[in-house]
Amino acid sequence: MLELIRQPWHWSTAGILIGLIVPLLLILGNKSFGISANLRHICAACFPADISFFKYDWKKEIWNIFFAVGIILGGFLAVTFLHDPEQVKVAPTLVSDLAQFGIDDYTNQVPNQLFNWHSLLTIKGFLFIVVGGFLVGFGTRYAGGCTSGHAISGLANLQWPSLVATICFMIGGFISSNLIVPFLLKL
Amino acid sequence: MSKIKSGATANIAETMNTDFEVRSLDSQSVNAGEKDMSFLRNLKFMLAGIFFGIILVKSEVISWFRIQEMFRLESFHMYGVIGTAVVVGVISILLIKKLKIKTIHGDAIEFQDKRFTKGQVIGGLIFGLGWAITGACPGPLLAQLGSGVGVISITILSAVVGTWVYGKFRDKLPN
Repeated sequence: MLELIRQPWHWSTAGILIGLIVPLLLILGNKSFGISANLRHICAACFPADISFFKYDWKKEIWNIFFAVGIILGGFLAVTFLHDPEQVKVAPTLVSDLAQFGIDDYTNQVPNQLFNWHSLLTIKGFLFIVVGGFLVGFGTRYAGGCTSGHAISGLANLQWPSLVATICFMIGGFISSNLIVPFLLKL
Repeated sequence: MSKIKSGATANIAETMNTDFEVRSLDSQSVNAGEKDMSFLRNLKFMLAGIFFGIILVKSEVISWFRIQEMFRLESFHMYGVIGTAVVVGVISILLIKKLKIKTIHGDAIEFQDKRFTKGQVIGGLIFGLGWAITGACPGPLLAQLGSGVGVISITILSAVVGTWVYGKFRDKLPN
């Protein structure tokens, strides 16, 4: 059994379990599944700077911060107790394309050659780590949610604005992954 | 029933306009917190988060490589994960509405409609650009940090800064 859990999970297993988080949070306390609002709660808690967008009682949303801390712990538990020694197996076309840019280390789910403390001080690393993160934080709040808030819980509740948001996430991703990421990798 | 509910919400929105504006853009703040903010009462959400974090790692959703595959149309994996999750979510919400399932505290489960804003297009595109670069959306970023990639803490911090900058210039952006 443990062997089975250690192996990479099939998409249908993961999809069913992630989908079940939607009713789980609703039944546990009428909460809608979403992560990116936590970034706003952190702003409201730590540096509201008299900005009206951050002047609300973030403590009422503390459940969401507990949920976020749980995700970090879950990540830790998964690699500590359910570690799979096999490397991530990805499409051969991606492997050969990335190899041209010197990315060939698949020991981690995050490419070690891009995301490390040393590369943070290079232009390439700065763009991937800092600028990428900025776009995620700015974009999700402007869109009013991320993959969990719009693509999963919004679509699950048949909200058409969430469908618009999800389509735009995908368009942005297609442009970025096919045009911008190869450019950045060349730097 | 839901019609009555949304009508009531609109009335509240008119009388408490400022609060509505702050909350309306936010998908997660609609369900305002419970009065009880005790640690124990919130612990169950941490357990739910642990469950979610483990799924994200084990299904390789946190993998930067998997996100590139998705956007390069080289693999079905991520489409399968998200698509299945949506289907399960749709069925779950239908059942909750149909059977009028209540929370474990006995409260009625409420849903709020999302309002369309230009942000869903512009912000959505911006997030998409970032998603492919970092190879992770906010949930997976947290799980990546937990899985031991320390430098992701900088990505998360930068995302907090991005959110703050959005809040600062929100009035000047098309909405």
